[in-house]
Amino acid sequence: MDYLYTDEQRMLVSSIRAFVEQELRPHEAETDQLGYVPEELGKQIVKKALEMGFYAANLPEEIGGGGLDYASLALMEREFGKTTYGLHGFVHRPSEILMACEGDQIEEYLLPCVRAERKEFFALTEPGAGSDIMSMQTRAERDGDDWIINGSKHFISSPVQADFAILFAITGIEETPRGPRKQVTAFLVDTGLEGFAIERGPRCAAQRAYRTFQLSFDNVRVPHGKILGEEGKGLDLAGKWLKMGRVWVAAGCCGKAERLLGLAIEWAASRKQFGQPIGKFQGTSFKLADMATELRAADLLVMNAARKADLGIMEDDDAAMAKLFAAEMVGRVADNTVQIYGGMGLMEDLPVERLWRDARLDRIWDGTSEIQRHIISRSLLRPHGA
Amino acid sequence: MKVLIAVKRVIDFNVKIRVKSDNSGIETANVKMSMNPFDEIAVEEAIRLKEAGTADELVAVSIGTAQSSETIRTALAMGADRGILVETDAELQPLAVAKLLKAIVDKENPGMVVVGKQAIDDDANQTGQMLAALLGWPQGTFASKLEPADGTATLVREVDDGLQTIQVKLPAVISTDLRLNEPRYASLPNIMKAKKKPIDTTTPDELGVDVTPRLETINVVEPPVREAGEIVADAAQLIDKLKNEAKVI
Ligand SMILES: Cc1cc2nc3c(=O)[nH]c(=O)nc-3n(C[C@H](O)[C@H](O)[C@H](O)COP(=O)(O)OP(=O)(O)OC[C@H]3O[C@@H](n4cnc5c(N)ncnc54)[C@H](O)[C@@H]3O)c2cc1C
Repeated sequence: MDYLYTDEQRMLVSSIRAFVEQELRPHEAETDQLGYVPEELGKQIVKKALEMGFYAANLPEEIGGGGLDYASLALMEREFGKTTYGLHGFVHRPSEILMACEGDQIEEYLLPCVRAERKEFFALTEPGAGSDIMSMQTRAERDGDDWIINGSKHFISSPVQADFAILFAITGIEETPRGPRKQVTAFLVDTGLEGFAIERGPRCAAQRAYRTFQLSFDNVRVPHGKILGEEGKGLDLAGKWLKMGRVWVAAGCCGKAERLLGLAIEWAASRKQFGQPIGKFQGTSFKLADMATELRAADLLVMNAARKADLGIMEDDDAAMAKLFAAEMVGRVADNTVQIYGGMGLMEDLPVERLWRDARLDRIWDGTSEIQRHIISRSLLRPHGA
Repeated sequence: MKVLIAVKRVIDFNVKIRVKSDNSGIETANVKMSMNPFDEIAVEEAIRLKEAGTADELVAVSIGTAQSSETIRTALAMGADRGILVETDAELQPLAVAKLLKAIVDKENPGMVVVGKQAIDDDANQTGQMLAALLGWPQGTFASKLEPADGTATLVREVDDGLQTIQVKLPAVISTDLRLNEPRYASLPNIMKAKKKPIDTTTPDELGVDVTPRLETINVVEPPVREAGEIVADAAQLIDKLKNEAKVI
């Protein structure tokens, strides 16, 4: 697919590939076993990422970001997808929602995030509100010039504990022609505020070196000036970036699948049974053919979505199709790779079992496969009034 | 001091090389191409000379098809200042490349030329030496350490029986060995800056160089497959096998 890339994109890919191979991959197995990335290593990755200009590559150049277009970012995410999120997470792509910062918020939140001095949690999901975000219970109530926040969030992930949360909370009910609708507002809430407790979440089977946290808010008081964007417009603000997030997950799936396919080919060509390489059996070789073909298709869906985003014409279903297909594709590729490796595919000495576990998450986060199908089918049926 | 670096576009070192079915050469269609790794070392060394204040301008030259400009861009993204592409579709052999580089050197008058000791495609290991001869300049080949000082350069060379330290007068041609440095990968800001750096294009005709091959390739074949070894029980059995089976002693 190189023919689709510009010279700059080709160079970017080879630089990131070298960065991933030299700085991240050597630590994969160890950090997966540990269940976290040691502090010093994390700091070292951040430092190198800053030097290379990979940190905050998604944010505009004017504020110190990398200023990459969506197609280049997709290629970047694809390369990072080949390693684990625990390590990749340190080469942070701050939430683009922070671009809505205004006034003092710019110096306090946006710019320190670009410089890796501060880091944010993106806190949307709750124990009772996963796919169904509107069942959110966390609420903020006005008290003079302040807001009082109560509720809890879970599955809020970050490689390290963040410095503040971009928190989504209910701030009112709006009457619409289709009935009452909760109004959601985004707040910038510093950790360390009274009543804001953070607990480490349970261990996860996938992306073990990455962390999830549970955040709970017990009468946490924040000034009105901590509202990000407009009151009641939190989800509109998040919407565009949630959509792009799906494209980044899809791109990462393609990278992971490429790595798995490479491992599968190597094994199929060298492992011998019944006097010949197992790749000579169609049971194996046809698997490889399907894996490669599906990977190509997923790559094209990702490029389609990213390029349309660059042109400002990406639709909900472009991102949803890329996320759905790529996440399911990498699941099949990972499963087939384990099968081709036989018992060795499940042994911790090789990276296959880890990639297989990691790939499982991609069908769940940033919108499950079912939710992506829901988005796609809605875009098909809505014009017909259904 | 101006430093000229020669960079060649070759099949990526990760690619498994395949011989064409008609044995006329190796398969290059649809194969990933990259900068020759020894040339990356040359570019890195030149950048370090610039960072140390010894060099002030780095010019990257590539000779080959139009796509060789990608290789020049990579050198520019690493830190070279400008590029020269000698564009030709002709088959190039070391003597022709050395002559073309000489023509560029005559125009550019660099204080040093840094080249990779060999390119990983045909491993000829000739161009640097031929260029030095054509220019009548000293040559410091297989450098694993390079320290220029006033009008000279001291280098450590990797030779068969160890390390040899020599001093050459500048201008000179230096060829790089594997352990000279570890090349950097380009940072995002430098990749973006490379887009704006100039690449001049010229041709062998414009440089007045005849690139007609002097060697003819008759047949290209895969190296024979190595047969599996055999573990022997003891020295006596080894000697017996060498004597009676392999018949080498
Ligand atoms: C490691 C990890 C990191 C995460 N990081 C973050 C983070 O940083 N910030 C954040 O806000 N969230 C984060 N999440 C949350 C993640 O986005 C949610 O897990 C995801 O949206 C799914 O929600 P759920 O887990 O509650 O599943 P549920 O919504 O309970 O879904 C359970 C099942 O029901 C299905 N289902 C639900 N509704 C429908 C429907 N309408 N039609 C058909 N099927 C349906 C789902 O597809 C799924 O199969 C993270 C999750 C994980 C596991």
